[in-house]
Amino acid sequence: MTLKARKAFTAYAFLLIPLVFFLTVRFGPMLYMLAMSFTNWSLMRKVPAFVGFSNYLKVLNDPVFLQSLGNTARYAIFGAPLVIVVSFLIALMLDAIPRGKSIFRLIYVLPYITPVVAVSWVWRWMYQPPPIGVINGVLGALGLPAGEFLNSTTQALPSILVVNVWVELGYCTTIFLAGLQTIPREMMEAAQIDGANARQILLKITIPLLNPVILFLTVMEGIQFLRIFTQVYNMSMQAMGGPLNSTKSAALYIYQKAFMYFEMAQAAAASLILFVIIMSITLLQLRFFDKNLSY
Amino acid sequence: MEKVPVRQHGHAKRKLPVTILAAYVMLGLLSVIMIFPFVWMLLSSLKDATQIFKLRFLPEAPTLDNYRYILSSTSKFPQWFKNSVIVALCTTASVLFFDSLVGYALSKFSFPGKKLIFLLIVSTLMIPTEMLVIPWYAMARAMKWVNTYWGIMFPGMISAFGVFLMRQFMQTLPDDLIDAARVDGMGELRIFLTIVLPLVRPALATLAIFNFIGNWNAFLWPLIAASKPKMFTLPVGLANFSGEAGSDWHYIMTGAAVAMAPLILVFLLFQKQIVRGIAMTGLKG
Repeated sequence: MTLKARKAFTAYAFLLIPLVFFLTVRFGPMLYMLAMSFTNWSLMRKVPAFVGFSNYLKVLNDPVFLQSLGNTARYAIFGAPLVIVVSFLIALMLDAIPRGKSIFRLIYVLPYITPVVAVSWVWRWMYQPPPIGVINGVLGALGLPAGEFLNSTTQALPSILVVNVWVELGYCTTIFLAGLQTIPREMMEAAQIDGANARQILLKITIPLLNPVILFLTVMEGIQFLRIFTQVYNMSMQAMGGPLNSTKSAALYIYQKAFMYFEMAQAAAASLILFVIIMSITLLQLRFFDKNLSY
Repeated sequence: MEKVPVRQHGHAKRKLPVTILAAYVMLGLLSVIMIFPFVWMLLSSLKDATQIFKLRFLPEAPTLDNYRYILSSTSKFPQWFKNSVIVALCTTASVLFFDSLVGYALSKFSFPGKKLIFLLIVSTLMIPTEMLVIPWYAMARAMKWVNTYWGIMFPGMISAFGVFLMRQFMQTLPDDLIDAARVDGMGELRIFLTIVLPLVRPALATLAIFNFIGNWNAFLWPLIAASKPKMFTLPVGLANFSGEAGSDWHYIMTGAAVAMAPLILVFLLFQKQIVRGIAMTGLKG
């Protein structure tokens, strides 16, 4: 056997198990689900029958699904920009200070690596109504009215969203800071010598040069908020996405359809709809940033 | 010309100390917001059933009774802790082995279909877990994997992200070393295990840390894959326990602290690698 043949043979041997894995645990299930979304599949039924688009129609006519899509949109539209803007400002400040960068960054990253389930319950405890909730305690001490937070149909979603922003902040800050540190110092110095002020440097140099980082984070955080599940599951009463479905995300809706009501085919249809939404928004973001922020 | 003080970055060179001071104040306040939930969790876990409902910052009479209860044999937390350790360690070991093997094959060998295989693997990164849990569950049921460790672990045994990471690293390895071993008649698997793996130790460390954290924190799939409390991982157990604990917030906060403890430890031990790893994954995108 020639060396070339031996090397090719070795590579195939090394790749065999992983390829079987990716085909059976990633692509296979994806295609299976696509197929099953057109049938009346359930775990009990042995032979599923073709039903056309009826699962899609059922789901799209379900007001709860539409509400969960609306909630998901709100998580993403308010959450992703919020976390990106705030973390960018933090990164600028961290980049400006002479000392203590790494200790601050460490503190900010902490929520990102701790279990979401645990932090969700800690926040839920902090959000409790007076006299036991610590946030309401602080509000009371400041003479402000108490918030209903997770118990209110209007405040619950922002309350959960804030927790996810708190979790993601350190991740985005770290990436922005790393991006800022790749900007050549000479560029800033040249601009300063030419008489550019801090604001011009920020708008004309820093932000355009960080375009790829901003794009990456927008896509990542957009997806992150569109997929929100664990926070909603753990911060709403009986994991129902309440009060009155006001916090229910599309991912939670799909979970409930599949594992509480055992409507597997409808759940499959719903998750494909969510997948298409996530993909299209990601592509839109890529195009938007290509047009508007490149220099 | 006046000498400019040497700074890491040109940004704030001309900024007045006042702005720097303001930045410190802002960053300090923010640190309080970031840290406070953890502090409050710890303080709450040291309060008993009556103290927990008095809104006092420090516990009047700090007690470790909650920890004694949560870690006792009457509680299920020790079992969940054990399950989480098993799941996180086994999946991490598997990911380290297979991801570096694939990374090695895709960077140091040439063969027909190489590009296609790489694209195939990397494209799975776009399929979100939420989509796959339903067919995974059908699969696990058909294979009788529900409520087994394998059932919880199988979707995470190889990670496409890790393949991507290892491939990047392996590309920087010199070919001469590998070829020399080949000329010496060393077997391919032995070359991989004894020559290649030791050279990529830093990448393996990063992958191990991230994979461990990811698996320790994983919620959605372990929630579905285990219905018997005996097989819950810590996050699933904590969610279940807390949902049933009602107003036993002192126990819930103690459980949360126990679920977090190993991660805080990993975090403190490997903070440099973690921060570097996050920055690296971000800039790769």
